[in-house]
Amino acid sequence: MSANVLYDAPGPKARVRNRIYSVAGTLVLLALVGAVIARLASQGQFAPAMWDIFNYAGIRQNILDGLLATLEVFALASVFSLAFAVLLAVGRLSEHRVVSAAATGFIELFRSIPLLITIFALWVGIADKLWADVLHLPGSLAISPMWALIIGLTIYNGCVQAEVLRAGINSVPKGQSEAAYALGMRKTQVMATVLIPQAVRSMLPTIISQLVVTLKDTSLGYIILFPEMLQTARLIASNVQVEGAYPYVPVIIVIGSIYLALCLALSSLATWIEKRGRRTKTGIAVHAAAEPAEDPTVLEQ
Amino acid sequence: MNVLLDNLALFREGFIGTVELTAASALLAMVLGVTIAGCRVSPVPPLRIFGTAWVTLLRNTPLTLLFLVAFFVIPEILFPGINSFLLAVLACGFYTSSFVCEAVRSGVNTVPLGQAEAARSLGMTFLQSMRMIVLPQATRTVVPPLSSIFIALTKNTAVAGAFDNVDLFNIAKVLSNDGYDILMIFFWITLAYLVITFTISGLFRLLERRLEVAR
Repeated sequence: MSANVLYDAPGPKARVRNRIYSVAGTLVLLALVGAVIARLASQGQFAPAMWDIFNYAGIRQNILDGLLATLEVFALASVFSLAFAVLLAVGRLSEHRVVSAAATGFIELFRSIPLLITIFALWVGIADKLWADVLHLPGSLAISPMWALIIGLTIYNGCVQAEVLRAGINSVPKGQSEAAYALGMRKTQVMATVLIPQAVRSMLPTIISQLVVTLKDTSLGYIILFPEMLQTARLIASNVQVEGAYPYVPVIIVIGSIYLALCLALSSLATWIEKRGRRTKTGIAVHAAAEPAEDPTVLEQ
Repeated sequence: MNVLLDNLALFREGFIGTVELTAASALLAMVLGVTIAGCRVSPVPPLRIFGTAWVTLLRNTPLTLLFLVAFFVIPEILFPGINSFLLAVLACGFYTSSFVCEAVRSGVNTVPLGQAEAARSLGMTFLQSMRMIVLPQATRTVVPPLSSIFIALTKNTAVAGAFDNVDLFNIAKVLSNDGYDILMIFFWITLAYLVITFTISGLFRLLERRLEVAR
Protein backbone atom coordinates (compact mmCIF):
# COMPACT_ATOMS: atom_id res chain seq x y z
CA MET A 1 0.00 0.00 0.00
CA SER A 2 1.51 3.27 -0.99
CA ALA A 3 1.13 6.15 1.41
CA ASN A 4 -1.24 8.16 -0.78
CA VAL A 5 -4.23 5.81 -0.30
CA LEU A 6 -4.31 6.96 3.30
CA TYR A 7 -5.65 10.32 2.27
CA ASP A 8 -7.60 11.81 -0.64
CA ALA A 9 -5.97 13.70 -3.42
CA PRO A 10 -6.14 17.10 -1.73
CA GLY A 11 -8.89 19.44 -2.88
CA PRO A 12 -8.61 23.24 -2.68
CA LYS A 13 -9.40 23.37 1.06
CA ALA A 14 -7.06 20.51 1.93
CA ARG A 15 -4.33 22.02 -0.19
CA VAL A 16 -4.55 25.24 1.79
CA ARG A 17 -4.56 23.27 5.04
CA ASN A 18 -1.58 21.19 3.94
CA ARG A 19 0.25 24.32 3.00
CA ILE A 20 -0.42 25.77 6.45
CA TYR A 21 0.78 22.55 8.08
CA SER A 22 3.85 22.57 5.84
CA VAL A 23 4.76 26.11 6.79
CA ALA A 24 4.04 25.48 10.48
CA GLY A 25 5.98 22.20 10.45
CA THR A 26 8.94 23.76 8.68
CA LEU A 27 8.95 26.67 11.11
CA VAL A 28 8.86 24.38 14.15
CA LEU A 29 11.67 22.19 12.80
CA LEU A 30 13.76 25.19 11.78
CA ALA A 31 13.16 26.78 15.19
CA LEU A 32 14.38 23.60 16.92
CA VAL A 33 17.48 23.33 14.74
CA GLY A 34 18.07 27.06 15.08
CA ALA A 35 17.81 26.91 18.87
CA VAL A 36 20.38 24.10 18.99
CA ILE A 37 22.74 25.95 16.67
CA ALA A 38 22.32 29.23 18.55
CA ARG A 39 23.01 27.50 21.85
CA LEU A 40 26.15 25.82 20.49
CA ALA A 41 27.27 29.05 18.82
CA SER A 42 26.91 30.87 22.12
CA GLN A 43 29.37 28.37 23.56
CA GLY A 44 31.75 29.32 20.76
CA GLN A 45 31.51 25.96 18.99
CA PHE A 46 31.00 27.59 15.59
CA ALA A 47 33.73 30.19 15.96
CA PRO A 48 36.08 30.19 12.93
CA ALA A 49 39.03 29.42 15.21
CA MET A 50 37.28 26.21 16.32
CA TRP A 51 37.07 25.02 12.73
CA ASP A 52 40.53 26.24 11.85
CA ILE A 53 41.99 23.19 13.60
CA PHE A 54 41.16 21.10 10.52
CA ASN A 55 43.69 23.15 8.56
CA TYR A 56 46.55 21.71 10.57
CA ALA A 57 48.42 18.92 8.81
CA GLY A 58 48.83 17.03 12.09
CA ILE A 59 45.10 16.85 12.74
CA ARG A 60 44.35 15.89 9.16
CA GLN A 61 46.96 13.14 9.45
CA ASN A 62 45.34 11.95 12.70
CA ILE A 63 41.92 11.75 11.09
CA LEU A 64 43.35 9.94 8.08
CA ASP A 65 45.15 7.45 10.34
CA GLY A 66 41.93 6.86 12.27
CA LEU A 67 39.98 6.36 9.06
CA LEU A 68 42.57 3.89 7.78
CA ALA A 69 42.52 1.98 11.07
CA THR A 70 38.71 1.78 10.91
CA LEU A 71 38.79 0.61 7.30
CA GLU A 72 41.52 -1.94 8.05
CA VAL A 73 39.55 -3.44 10.92
CA PHE A 74 36.39 -3.39 8.81
CA ALA A 75 38.08 -5.10 5.85
CA LEU A 76 39.69 -7.84 7.93
CA ALA A 77 36.59 -8.38 10.07
CA SER A 78 34.28 -8.61 7.09
CA VAL A 79 36.48 -11.07 5.21
CA PHE A 80 36.99 -13.24 8.30
CA SER A 81 33.33 -13.05 9.34
CA LEU A 82 32.11 -14.12 5.89
CA ALA A 83 34.54 -17.05 5.80
CA PHE A 84 33.52 -17.99 9.34
CA ALA A 85 29.85 -17.64 8.38
CA VAL A 86 30.22 -20.16 5.55
CA LEU A 87 31.81 -22.62 7.99
CA LEU A 88 29.09 -22.10 10.61
CA ALA A 89 26.22 -22.27 8.11
CA VAL A 90 27.54 -25.47 6.55
CA GLY A 91 28.14 -26.82 10.05
CA ARG A 92 24.60 -26.02 11.13
CA LEU A 93 23.16 -27.72 8.03
CA SER A 94 25.43 -30.75 8.46
CA GLU A 95 23.88 -34.19 8.67
CA HIS A 96 26.18 -35.12 11.52
CA ARG A 97 24.19 -34.45 14.69
CA VAL A 98 27.26 -33.43 16.74
CA VAL A 99 28.56 -30.90 14.21
CA SER A 100 25.17 -29.33 13.66
CA ALA A 101 24.43 -29.13 17.42
CA ALA A 102 27.82 -27.52 18.07
CA ALA A 103 27.35 -24.95 15.29
CA THR A 104 23.78 -24.19 16.41
CA GLY A 105 24.86 -23.74 20.02
CA PHE A 106 27.76 -21.47 19.05
CA ILE A 107 25.57 -19.31 16.80
CA GLU A 108 22.76 -18.96 19.33
CA LEU A 109 25.17 -18.19 22.18
CA PHE A 110 27.23 -15.50 20.51
CA ARG A 111 24.25 -13.93 18.77
CA SER A 112 22.69 -13.23 22.16
CA ILE A 113 25.78 -11.83 23.91
CA PRO A 114 26.36 -8.10 23.42
CA LEU A 115 29.26 -7.70 20.99
CA LEU A 116 30.88 -5.22 23.37
CA ILE A 117 31.11 -7.88 26.10
CA THR A 118 32.81 -10.31 23.70
CA ILE A 119 35.30 -7.67 22.58
CA PHE A 120 35.96 -6.59 26.17
CA ALA A 121 36.49 -10.18 27.32
CA LEU A 122 38.94 -10.77 24.47
CA TRP A 123 40.73 -7.54 25.33
CA VAL A 124 41.25 -8.41 28.99
CA GLY A 125 42.52 -11.84 28.01
CA ILE A 126 39.75 -14.44 28.07
CA ALA A 127 41.48 -16.29 25.21
CA ASP A 128 44.71 -16.54 27.18
CA LYS A 129 42.78 -17.76 30.21
CA LEU A 130 41.07 -20.48 28.16
CA TRP A 131 44.34 -21.45 26.50
CA ALA A 132 46.49 -21.71 29.60
CA ASP A 133 44.16 -22.43 32.52
CA VAL A 134 41.40 -24.50 30.96
CA LEU A 135 43.06 -26.30 28.04
CA HIS A 136 46.51 -26.39 29.73
CA LEU A 137 48.32 -25.65 26.47
CA PRO A 138 51.86 -24.27 26.45
CA GLY A 139 52.60 -20.65 25.60
CA SER A 140 50.20 -17.76 25.86
CA LEU A 141 47.73 -15.95 23.68
CA ALA A 142 48.16 -12.22 24.04
CA ILE A 143 45.63 -10.28 21.96
CA SER A 144 46.19 -6.67 20.97
CA PRO A 145 43.19 -4.28 21.05
CA MET A 146 43.04 -4.35 17.27
CA TRP A 147 42.80 -8.14 17.14
CA ALA A 148 40.36 -8.21 20.04
CA LEU A 149 38.14 -5.94 17.96
CA ILE A 150 38.61 -7.97 14.77
CA ILE A 151 38.03 -11.34 16.46
CA GLY A 152 34.99 -10.05 18.35
CA LEU A 153 33.47 -8.62 15.18
CA THR A 154 34.28 -11.84 13.33
CA ILE A 155 32.57 -14.05 15.90
CA TYR A 156 29.42 -11.93 16.24
CA ASN A 157 28.94 -11.04 12.58
CA GLY A 158 29.98 -14.55 11.54
CA CYS A 159 27.05 -15.89 13.56
CA VAL A 160 24.58 -13.40 12.07
CA GLN A 161 25.85 -13.89 8.51
CA ALA A 162 25.73 -17.67 9.01
CA GLU A 163 22.01 -17.39 9.76
CA VAL A 164 21.54 -15.22 6.67
CA LEU A 165 23.40 -17.74 4.52
CA ARG A 166 21.43 -20.62 6.01
CA ALA A 167 18.19 -18.85 5.15
CA GLY A 168 19.56 -18.36 1.62
CA ILE A 169 20.56 -22.00 1.27
CA ASN A 170 17.13 -23.10 2.50
CA SER A 171 15.43 -20.86 -0.03
CA VAL A 172 17.09 -22.67 -2.95
CA PRO A 173 14.41 -25.01 -4.38
CA LYS A 174 14.85 -28.62 -3.32
CA GLY A 175 14.91 -29.80 -6.95
CA GLN A 176 18.27 -28.11 -7.41
CA SER A 177 20.14 -30.21 -4.87
CA GLU A 178 18.19 -33.34 -5.88
CA ALA A 179 19.21 -32.81 -9.49
CA ALA A 180 22.83 -32.27 -8.45
CA TYR A 181 22.83 -35.49 -6.40
CA ALA A 182 21.23 -37.32 -9.34
CA LEU A 183 24.16 -36.18 -11.50
CA GLY A 184 26.44 -37.95 -9.03
CA MET A 185 27.85 -34.92 -7.21
CA ARG A 186 29.19 -35.32 -3.72
CA LYS A 187 27.80 -33.39 -0.73
CA THR A 188 30.68 -30.91 -0.81
CA GLN A 189 30.24 -30.35 -4.53
CA VAL A 190 26.50 -29.77 -4.18
CA MET A 191 27.10 -27.28 -1.38
CA ALA A 192 29.98 -25.45 -3.04
CA THR A 193 28.81 -25.37 -6.65
CA VAL A 194 25.01 -25.40 -6.43
CA LEU A 195 23.65 -24.19 -3.09
CA ILE A 196 26.08 -21.55 -1.76
CA PRO A 197 26.43 -19.54 -5.00
CA GLN A 198 22.64 -19.19 -5.28
CA ALA A 199 22.27 -18.49 -1.57
CA VAL A 200 24.87 -15.70 -1.79
CA ARG A 201 23.16 -14.23 -4.83
CA SER A 202 19.73 -14.10 -3.21
CA MET A 203 21.06 -12.89 0.13
CA LEU A 204 23.65 -10.39 -1.14
CA PRO A 205 21.60 -7.27 -0.19
CA THR A 206 21.08 -8.62 3.34
CA ILE A 207 24.73 -9.62 3.64
CA ILE A 208 25.82 -6.11 2.66
CA SER A 209 23.31 -4.56 5.09
CA GLN A 210 24.92 -6.62 7.82
CA LEU A 211 28.35 -5.42 6.63
CA VAL A 212 27.09 -1.88 7.31
CA VAL A 213 26.45 -3.04 10.87
CA THR A 214 30.00 -4.43 11.00
CA LEU A 215 31.32 -1.06 9.85
CA LYS A 216 29.31 0.77 12.50
CA ASP A 217 30.43 -1.69 15.17
CA THR A 218 34.12 -1.03 14.49
CA SER A 219 33.44 2.10 16.56
CA LEU A 220 33.29 -0.15 19.64
CA GLY A 221 37.09 0.01 19.39
CA TYR A 222 36.61 3.36 21.12
CA ILE A 223 35.79 1.55 24.33
CA ILE A 224 38.85 -0.72 24.33
CA LEU A 225 41.02 2.32 23.50
CA PHE A 226 41.91 1.15 20.00
CA PRO A 227 42.79 4.29 18.01
CA GLU A 228 40.14 3.97 15.28
CA MET A 229 38.20 6.96 13.96
CA LEU A 230 36.05 7.62 17.02
CA GLN A 231 38.90 7.26 19.50
CA THR A 232 40.91 9.61 17.28
CA ALA A 233 38.02 12.06 17.39
CA ARG A 234 37.97 12.01 21.17
CA LEU A 235 41.73 12.39 21.40
CA ILE A 236 41.68 15.39 19.07
CA ALA A 237 38.70 16.96 20.84
CA SER A 238 40.15 16.55 24.31
CA ASN A 239 43.73 17.55 23.48
CA VAL A 240 43.20 20.62 21.36
CA GLN A 241 42.03 23.68 23.19
CA VAL A 242 40.75 26.68 21.28
CA GLU A 243 40.17 29.82 23.33
CA GLY A 244 39.47 27.88 26.48
CA ALA A 245 36.97 25.44 24.94
CA TYR A 246 37.31 21.94 23.55
CA PRO A 247 36.21 21.50 19.91
CA TYR A 248 33.85 18.56 20.53
CA VAL A 249 31.11 19.76 18.19
CA PRO A 250 33.28 20.43 15.09
CA VAL A 251 35.18 17.15 15.52
CA ILE A 252 31.99 15.14 16.04
CA ILE A 253 30.37 16.76 12.99
CA VAL A 254 33.38 15.96 10.80
CA ILE A 255 33.85 12.37 12.02
CA GLY A 256 30.09 11.75 11.97
CA SER A 257 29.90 12.83 8.34
CA ILE A 258 32.70 10.43 7.42
CA TYR A 259 30.84 7.54 9.09
CA LEU A 260 27.59 8.61 7.45
CA ALA A 261 29.20 8.76 4.01
CA LEU A 262 30.82 5.32 4.39
CA CYS A 263 27.63 3.66 5.65
CA LEU A 264 25.39 5.35 3.06
CA ALA A 265 27.73 4.25 0.27
CA LEU A 266 27.58 0.64 1.45
CA SER A 267 23.82 0.59 1.99
CA SER A 268 23.09 2.18 -1.36
CA LEU A 269 25.21 -0.59 -2.90
CA ALA A 270 22.90 -3.09 -1.17
CA THR A 271 19.79 -1.35 -2.51
CA TRP A 272 21.26 -1.16 -6.00
CA ILE A 273 22.00 -4.91 -6.01
CA GLU A 274 18.50 -5.60 -4.73
CA LYS A 275 16.90 -3.55 -7.52
CA ARG A 276 19.13 -5.12 -10.17
CA GLY A 277 18.30 -8.60 -8.87
CA ARG A 278 14.58 -7.84 -9.11
CA ARG A 279 14.88 -6.92 -12.77
CA THR A 280 16.36 -10.25 -13.83
CA LYS A 281 13.82 -12.99 -14.41
CA THR A 282 16.11 -15.99 -13.94
CA GLY A 283 17.25 -17.62 -10.70
CA ILE A 284 15.68 -17.50 -7.24
CA ALA A 285 14.33 -14.28 -5.79
CA VAL A 286 16.72 -11.68 -4.40
CA HIS A 287 15.78 -10.70 -0.85
CA ALA A 288 15.20 -7.16 0.29
CA ALA A 289 18.14 -5.28 1.77
CA ALA A 290 17.38 -5.35 5.48
CA GLU A 291 19.46 -6.00 8.54
CA PRO A 292 18.50 -9.37 10.02
CA ALA A 293 18.22 -7.73 13.44
CA GLU A 294 15.67 -5.32 12.10
CA ASP A 295 13.71 -7.62 9.86
CA PRO A 296 13.86 -11.17 11.25
CA THR A 297 11.64 -12.46 8.45
CA VAL A 298 14.67 -12.75 6.18
CA LEU A 299 15.93 -15.49 8.49
CA GLU A 300 12.69 -17.45 8.68
CA GLN A 301 12.68 -19.44 5.50
CA MET B 1 36.66 -16.69 45.66
CA ASN B 2 33.31 -16.73 43.95
CA VAL B 3 32.61 -13.84 41.61
CA LEU B 4 28.83 -14.03 41.87
CA LEU B 5 28.41 -14.63 45.61
CA ASP B 6 31.05 -12.10 46.65
CA ASN B 7 29.48 -9.37 44.57
CA LEU B 8 25.81 -10.23 44.62
CA ALA B 9 24.79 -6.66 45.44
CA LEU B 10 26.88 -5.31 42.56
CA PHE B 11 25.43 -7.85 40.13
CA ARG B 12 21.91 -6.97 41.25
CA GLU B 13 22.62 -3.29 40.74
CA GLY B 14 24.03 -3.93 37.26
CA PHE B 15 21.14 -6.19 36.29
CA ILE B 16 18.57 -3.64 37.42
CA GLY B 17 20.56 -0.90 35.66
CA THR B 18 20.43 -2.77 32.35
CA VAL B 19 16.72 -3.57 32.73
CA GLU B 20 15.87 0.03 33.61
CA LEU B 21 17.89 1.47 30.77
CA THR B 22 16.38 -1.02 28.31
CA ALA B 23 12.83 -0.29 29.47
CA ALA B 24 13.24 3.48 29.48
CA SER B 25 14.89 3.65 26.07
CA ALA B 26 12.39 1.14 24.63
CA LEU B 27 9.59 3.46 25.75
CA LEU B 28 11.29 6.52 24.25
CA ALA B 29 12.04 4.61 21.05
CA MET B 30 8.42 3.45 20.71
CA VAL B 31 6.99 6.95 21.17
CA LEU B 32 9.51 8.57 18.81
CA GLY B 33 9.40 5.69 16.32
CA VAL B 34 5.60 5.69 15.94
CA THR B 35 5.50 9.50 15.72
CA ILE B 36 8.17 9.58 13.04
CA ALA B 37 6.59 6.69 11.12
CA GLY B 38 3.43 8.84 11.14
CA CYS B 39 5.50 11.74 9.78
CA ARG B 40 6.92 9.56 7.03
CA VAL B 41 3.50 8.57 5.65
CA SER B 42 1.80 11.93 6.30
CA PRO B 43 0.51 14.29 3.56
CA VAL B 44 2.77 17.15 4.74
CA PRO B 45 6.03 17.21 2.72
CA PRO B 46 8.32 18.86 5.33
CA LEU B 47 7.34 16.23 7.89
CA ARG B 48 8.02 13.45 5.35
CA ILE B 49 11.45 14.93 4.62
CA PHE B 50 12.12 15.26 8.33
CA GLY B 51 11.16 11.61 8.91
CA THR B 52 13.37 10.37 6.09
CA ALA B 53 16.31 12.50 7.26
CA TRP B 54 15.87 11.29 10.84
CA VAL B 55 15.91 7.61 9.85
CA THR B 56 18.79 7.94 7.38
CA LEU B 57 20.88 9.92 9.82
CA LEU B 58 20.37 7.70 12.84
CA ARG B 59 20.54 4.35 11.05
CA ASN B 60 23.88 5.15 9.49
CA THR B 61 25.55 6.50 12.61
CA PRO B 62 27.37 4.20 15.01
CA LEU B 63 25.72 4.04 18.43
CA THR B 64 29.05 4.89 20.08
CA LEU B 65 29.11 8.17 18.15
CA LEU B 66 25.61 8.96 19.43
CA PHE B 67 26.89 8.34 22.93
CA LEU B 68 29.70 10.81 22.29
CA VAL B 69 27.13 13.34 21.11
CA ALA B 70 24.94 12.64 24.12
CA PHE B 71 27.74 12.97 26.64
CA PHE B 72 29.73 15.84 25.16
CA VAL B 73 27.31 17.90 23.07
CA ILE B 74 23.88 17.62 24.71
CA PRO B 75 25.07 18.95 28.11
CA GLU B 76 26.29 22.04 26.27
CA ILE B 77 22.93 22.53 24.54
CA LEU B 78 20.71 21.93 27.55
CA PHE B 79 22.62 22.40 30.74
CA PRO B 80 25.77 20.84 32.20
CA GLY B 81 25.47 18.08 34.75
CA ILE B 82 22.59 15.99 33.40
CA ASN B 83 22.90 12.53 34.90
CA SER B 84 24.40 9.79 32.77
CA PHE B 85 21.30 7.57 32.90
CA LEU B 86 19.19 10.21 31.15
CA LEU B 87 21.85 10.78 28.50
CA ALA B 88 22.16 7.04 27.91
CA VAL B 89 18.38 6.78 27.52
CA LEU B 90 18.48 9.60 24.96
CA ALA B 91 21.26 7.96 22.94
CA CYS B 92 19.78 4.43 22.98
CA GLY B 93 16.22 5.68 22.50
CA PHE B 94 17.04 7.92 19.52
CA TYR B 95 19.13 5.20 17.88
CA THR B 96 16.42 2.55 18.31
CA SER B 97 13.63 4.92 17.27
CA SER B 98 14.86 4.82 13.67
CA PHE B 99 14.55 1.03 13.61
CA VAL B 100 11.13 1.14 15.26
CA CYS B 101 10.03 3.74 12.70
CA GLU B 102 11.07 1.50 9.80
CA ALA B 103 9.34 -1.53 11.33
CA VAL B 104 6.11 0.43 11.87
CA ARG B 105 6.26 1.91 8.39
CA SER B 106 6.70 -1.48 6.73
CA GLY B 107 3.88 -2.77 8.95
CA VAL B 108 1.62 0.02 7.67
CA ASN B 109 2.62 -0.95 4.15
CA THR B 110 1.45 -4.55 4.63
CA VAL B 111 -2.13 -3.55 5.49
CA PRO B 112 -4.19 -4.42 2.37
CA LEU B 113 -5.03 -1.54 0.08
CA GLY B 114 -8.79 -2.19 0.29
CA GLN B 115 -8.79 -1.47 4.02
CA ALA B 116 -7.51 2.07 3.62
CA GLU B 117 -9.75 2.61 0.60
CA ALA B 118 -12.79 1.41 2.54
CA ALA B 119 -11.87 3.68 5.46
CA ARG B 120 -11.58 6.60 3.09
CA SER B 121 -14.85 5.87 1.32
CA LEU B 122 -16.54 5.96 4.74
CA GLY B 123 -15.24 9.51 4.93
CA MET B 124 -12.52 9.00 7.51
CA THR B 125 -9.71 11.51 7.64
CA PHE B 126 -6.02 10.58 7.56
CA LEU B 127 -5.73 10.53 11.35
CA GLN B 128 -8.97 8.57 11.78
CA SER B 129 -8.08 5.91 9.24
CA MET B 130 -4.58 5.60 10.74
CA ARG B 131 -5.87 5.32 14.30
CA MET B 132 -8.88 3.07 13.76
CA ILE B 133 -8.12 1.00 10.66
CA VAL B 134 -4.48 0.89 9.65
CA LEU B 135 -2.44 0.97 12.88
CA PRO B 136 -4.45 -1.75 14.71
CA GLN B 137 -3.88 -4.08 11.77
CA ALA B 138 -0.28 -3.04 11.32
CA THR B 139 0.39 -3.93 14.98
CA ARG B 140 0.18 -7.61 14.13
CA THR B 141 2.96 -7.51 11.53
CA VAL B 142 5.04 -5.07 13.57
CA VAL B 143 5.28 -7.23 16.69
CA PRO B 144 7.84 -9.86 15.48
CA PRO B 145 10.41 -7.31 14.22
CA LEU B 146 9.88 -5.19 17.34
CA SER B 147 10.85 -8.18 19.45
CA SER B 148 14.22 -8.45 17.75
CA ILE B 149 14.69 -4.67 17.78
CA PHE B 150 14.26 -4.66 21.56
CA ILE B 151 16.60 -7.62 21.95
CA ALA B 152 19.15 -5.69 19.90
CA LEU B 153 18.47 -2.68 22.14
CA THR B 154 19.19 -4.76 25.25
CA LYS B 155 22.55 -5.70 23.79
CA ASN B 156 23.23 -2.12 22.71
CA THR B 157 22.70 -0.78 26.23
CA ALA B 158 26.06 -2.38 27.05
CA VAL B 159 27.69 0.61 25.35
CA ALA B 160 26.18 2.82 28.07
CA GLY B 161 28.17 0.83 30.61
CA ALA B 162 31.34 2.10 29.02
CA PHE B 163 30.11 5.66 29.62
CA ASP B 164 29.95 5.31 33.40
CA ASN B 165 26.32 4.25 33.51
CA VAL B 166 25.89 1.42 36.02
CA ASP B 167 24.80 -1.68 34.09
CA LEU B 168 25.96 -5.24 33.48
CA PHE B 169 28.86 -4.26 31.23
CA ASN B 170 29.92 -1.59 33.69
CA ILE B 171 30.14 -4.08 36.57
CA ALA B 172 31.97 -6.55 34.30
CA LYS B 173 34.57 -3.82 33.83
CA VAL B 174 34.73 -3.07 37.56
CA LEU B 175 35.08 -6.73 38.52
CA SER B 176 37.70 -7.33 35.86
CA ASN B 177 39.69 -4.39 37.23
CA ASP B 178 39.33 -5.90 40.71
CA GLY B 179 41.17 -8.96 39.41
CA TYR B 180 38.37 -11.50 39.28
CA ASP B 181 38.56 -14.32 36.72
CA ILE B 182 37.26 -12.95 33.41
CA LEU B 183 35.91 -16.38 32.45
CA MET B 184 33.54 -16.44 35.41
CA ILE B 185 32.55 -12.79 34.99
CA PHE B 186 31.84 -13.46 31.32
CA PHE B 187 29.75 -16.50 32.23
CA TRP B 188 27.53 -14.72 34.76
CA ILE B 189 27.14 -11.54 32.70
CA THR B 190 26.18 -13.61 29.67
CA LEU B 191 23.64 -15.50 31.74
CA ALA B 192 22.15 -12.22 32.97
CA TYR B 193 21.80 -10.92 29.41
CA LEU B 194 20.25 -14.23 28.33
CA VAL B 195 17.66 -13.91 31.11
CA ILE B 196 16.68 -10.44 29.86
CA THR B 197 16.59 -11.31 26.17
CA PHE B 198 14.66 -14.55 26.77
CA THR B 199 12.13 -12.62 28.87
CA ILE B 200 11.67 -10.12 26.06
CA SER B 201 11.19 -12.77 23.40
CA GLY B 202 8.83 -14.68 25.73
CA LEU B 203 6.73 -11.58 26.38
CA PHE B 204 6.54 -10.82 22.69
CA ARG B 205 5.53 -14.39 21.90
CA LEU B 206 2.68 -14.02 24.39
CA LEU B 207 1.70 -10.73 22.79
CA GLU B 208 1.82 -12.31 19.33
CA ARG B 209 -0.46 -15.12 20.47
CA ARG B 210 -2.94 -12.65 21.95
CA LEU B 211 -3.03 -10.59 18.78
CA GLU B 212 -3.34 -13.59 16.52
CA VAL B 213 -6.54 -13.91 14.50
CA ALA B 214 -7.74 -16.67 12.24
CA ARG B 215 -7.59 -15.49 8.66
